[in-house]
Order: sequence, then C-alpha cells, then structure tokens
Amino acid sequence: MHHVVLERWSRGSSFVHRRDARAKILALLAFLAVVATTSRSFEWLAGFYLLLLLAAVISARLPVAGALRRAAVVLPFSLTFAAISWLSGEPRHAALLVGKSYLSALAALLLVSTTPLPQLLRGLDTLGIPGFLLMVAQFLYRYLFVIVEQGRRMRLAGLCRGGLKRRSGGFRAAAGALGVLFARSYDRAECIHRSMVSRGFQGHFQLLSSARFGFADAAFVCVAAGLPLAASLAARFRG
Amino acid sequence: MRPAAQNPAPVISVRDLHYRYDDGTVALAGVDFELQPSETVALFGANGSGKTTFVLHLNGLLEGRGSVEVCGMPVKKETLKRVRQKIGLVFQDPDDQLFMPSVLEDVAFGALNLGLSPQQASARARIALEKVGMIESLDKAPYHLSAGQKKRVAIAGVLVMEPEILVLDEPTTFLDPPGQRALTRLLRELPQSKLIVTHDVDFARSLATRAVFFEKGRIAGEGPADRIVEQFHWDQKQYNRC
Repeated sequence: MHHVVLERWSRGSSFVHRRDARAKILALLAFLAVVATTSRSFEWLAGFYLLLLLAAVISARLPVAGALRRAAVVLPFSLTFAAISWLSGEPRHAALLVGKSYLSALAALLLVSTTPLPQLLRGLDTLGIPGFLLMVAQFLYRYLFVIVEQGRRMRLAGLCRGGLKRRSGGFRAAAGALGVLFARSYDRAECIHRSMVSRGFQGHFQLLSSARFGFADAAFVCVAAGLPLAASLAARFRG
Repeated sequence: MRPAAQNPAPVISVRDLHYRYDDGTVALAGVDFELQPSETVALFGANGSGKTTFVLHLNGLLEGRGSVEVCGMPVKKETLKRVRQKIGLVFQDPDDQLFMPSVLEDVAFGALNLGLSPQQASARARIALEKVGMIESLDKAPYHLSAGQKKRVAIAGVLVMEPEILVLDEPTTFLDPPGQRALTRLLRELPQSKLIVTHDVDFARSLATRAVFFEKGRIAGEGPADRIVEQFHWDQKQYNRC
C-alpha cells in the first residue's frame, strides 16, 4: 500500500527530514500558490520547478523514480479534466492543468515522505487546522490497514462460497459486505473510544514532544518558497 | 474474626451490581465480587454471560445499579480519573487499543492524560516497554507488529499509568502457543492484582489463584480454578470426549 512506503520514507534521516513540519508545510503552501498562479512561460518554469523538486527528493535521499511514479497518482483525474479542456479547444489550458497538478502532487508527496505523520499532524495543529479534522485523519491513517484487511478476508470468504460473480448477484454481495464492513467499523470505533477513555482521554490529544522552529527551518522556508517565487516573478517581468 | 493484617482491604469490591442494556437484555443480575491485593482471578463463563459487561463497570465505562469500589474509592464521575489510573484495562483486540501512529506515542498516551510532562511520559513509556520486552520497537507503527507484540504493547500502554490492578479481556485471543507462553511469563512477573476474562482454561490454571464462573449475569460459583472447571464442565478436553 502507498502509505506503508511513504511511512518508511518519512522515517528517514536527511536535512529535509530534520526540518520542522511547519517549515515544510509553509514551503509547500508557498510552492502550491506560486505554481497555481503561474501561467506565462509555464513551459520553462515547469522545468525549473521540477528541477527544484528533484533536488529536494535527492537531498531527502528518496528514490527518484519511485517518487515520480507515486506523484503520478493524480494523473488519471487531471487527465480527465485536461481531455475535456482539449476537446473544448483549449490545448494549452489542458497542458497547464496536467503540469500543475503533477508538480503539486510531487511537492505534497515530498512533504509526507519526509515528515512522520505525528509530526505532520502536530505541525498542522500548531498552524491552526481544526483538531477534530486532524484526529479524523490520524484515525483514518491508523485504521485503514485494519479495514482493508477485514475487507480482504470478507472477499476471500465470499469467493470461497462462490459469490462475488456478476451472474450470481455479485453486486448485491459486495454491497452487503460493504454494509457489514461499515457496521464493524462503527463497533470498532466504539471499542477504540472505550479504550481511549479508560486510559484517561478527555477529548484532547496531548503531545509527546514539542517541536522547535529554528534558524535552519526559517532558512529552509525562505529558500524553498523564495526560489520558485523569484523564478515566477522574473518570468513575469521579462514577459 | 481474622486479624486485619490477614484480611487486607480488597482492591475491588462490587456489591449487588445490576445492568440492563438499552434493548432490554439483562447483562448483570446482582453480582457480588471482591479482588484481594496481589490476587489473580480468572473469570469464566459462556459468551453473553456478563463477564465483559462486568469488567467495563470497574472503570466506569458502564454504569449500572449497585456499588463498585476500586482501591476504596466508589466508582463515580468525580473519582473516574483516579479510578482509571488504578485499573489498567487491556482490551481483547489490541488493534482497538493501539491507535497512535507509533508504539512510544501509544504507550505514552495514558501517562500524558494523567498530566505528566512529555519528558516524564516518555521516560515512563520507555520503562513500561522495557518491562514487556518491546523497547526495541518504540519507533515502529503498531500495524507492523505481530499479534503477540501488539498485546505486549497494549499491556505496556496500561502499565505506564502505574495501575494497582490489571484487567485483561480474553488476553490469549489471536495469540499462537509461543505467544501465549510469553504472555503467561510476562503476567507472572507483573506484581499487580489481576482479573482475567478468559475461555482458555490452561492459561487460567497457570495464572489464577481463584476462578469465578459467570452464568446469566450472576456469579454461579467461585473457588480454585480446577474445582470451578470441574464443577461447570468447563474444560475443552471434556467436550472433546463427548
């Protein structure tokens, strides 16, 4: 699964890994804003942005091919919308859509591949993202495995009894299995809540360690946000 | 009357406990029970006989009619925080208990909720992980662990709160025989009073000083584990002979 690999990557050790999560989140936001607002000379700037991201991927000691391949997960979506633009006579707009979405996905991938989830959530928390939303994200991340495993076992059980074939009401069986999976997940959520309450949970996650935003983090934000911004401004003034 | 030194105050005292679920099912119908310091008691009984409902009352997760006292404190809203520090409840499925992204954070969860500083909580979590032999895995994600390892981490997650009583709900579920043996050794080493809900007769025999048999929401019998197993025909081997 994707998030097993990403988690392994995120536990690495490099200059990028060691940066405070807030620095990386802010740099990502700045990068996304610059990419989203770049229109003129995008063909050249896209190459520069890609080089920047590749430099970050290499300095984070992540596998380049693997990172590029995983970022392509957005392409089926963006290509669909790009095709619509293409067919409506806007080929440049279609190319921009694909290029921007791929670069944004690669940048977001870089963040999650260099920041362990607890640090990422802590960073988002201190930047003001609602705690409830973060709690949902954390639980989803943690229990995705368990739910997928349950689903896999149910599918095997269905196959063993000759179910899940189109002719023999496979759709109905799959819908039923989905319902059971939902009900089980609901039960599990109650059990998890009980186990949290029995260990003194009172509605707010306490953090094990506090993050520090140092000089290197500030410098990282300046460089990571400043380079694409400077390139974009330079292209704008030249053009 | 025995002298007080020979008859210490029970760590758990339950009197005439009744509980009925919202759908009308009577789960507990007048339970009286005591757990003495350093005692290990096995709870036997058929599925649906009220064992798990009973243990959920001990730290206030369910609230029935009757009295429940833990370490001399009545279990009520005002005492819940202290009661939950005294009783460490280990759930049947460790996946229900290990919800944090890493082992260390999960084990430290209870300590942080007690109001300890992150440094103190981290130190206590490391000690608890050392006790259960899982210190090497502190940075791992819980889903990378085996069932036996998850169970150990779940136990560390309650030990970190330094409880006086451990309540374990079906602790051998999901464990293979080596995992069961390792858990037995671990539980023998832990000094807390223990209440173990189990169907595993051999496991209970190897640990429990006393057994209690639940039937239809009541305690139908109690005494040495061997006698209770015999009295209620609760040995798997006896069923196999049928």
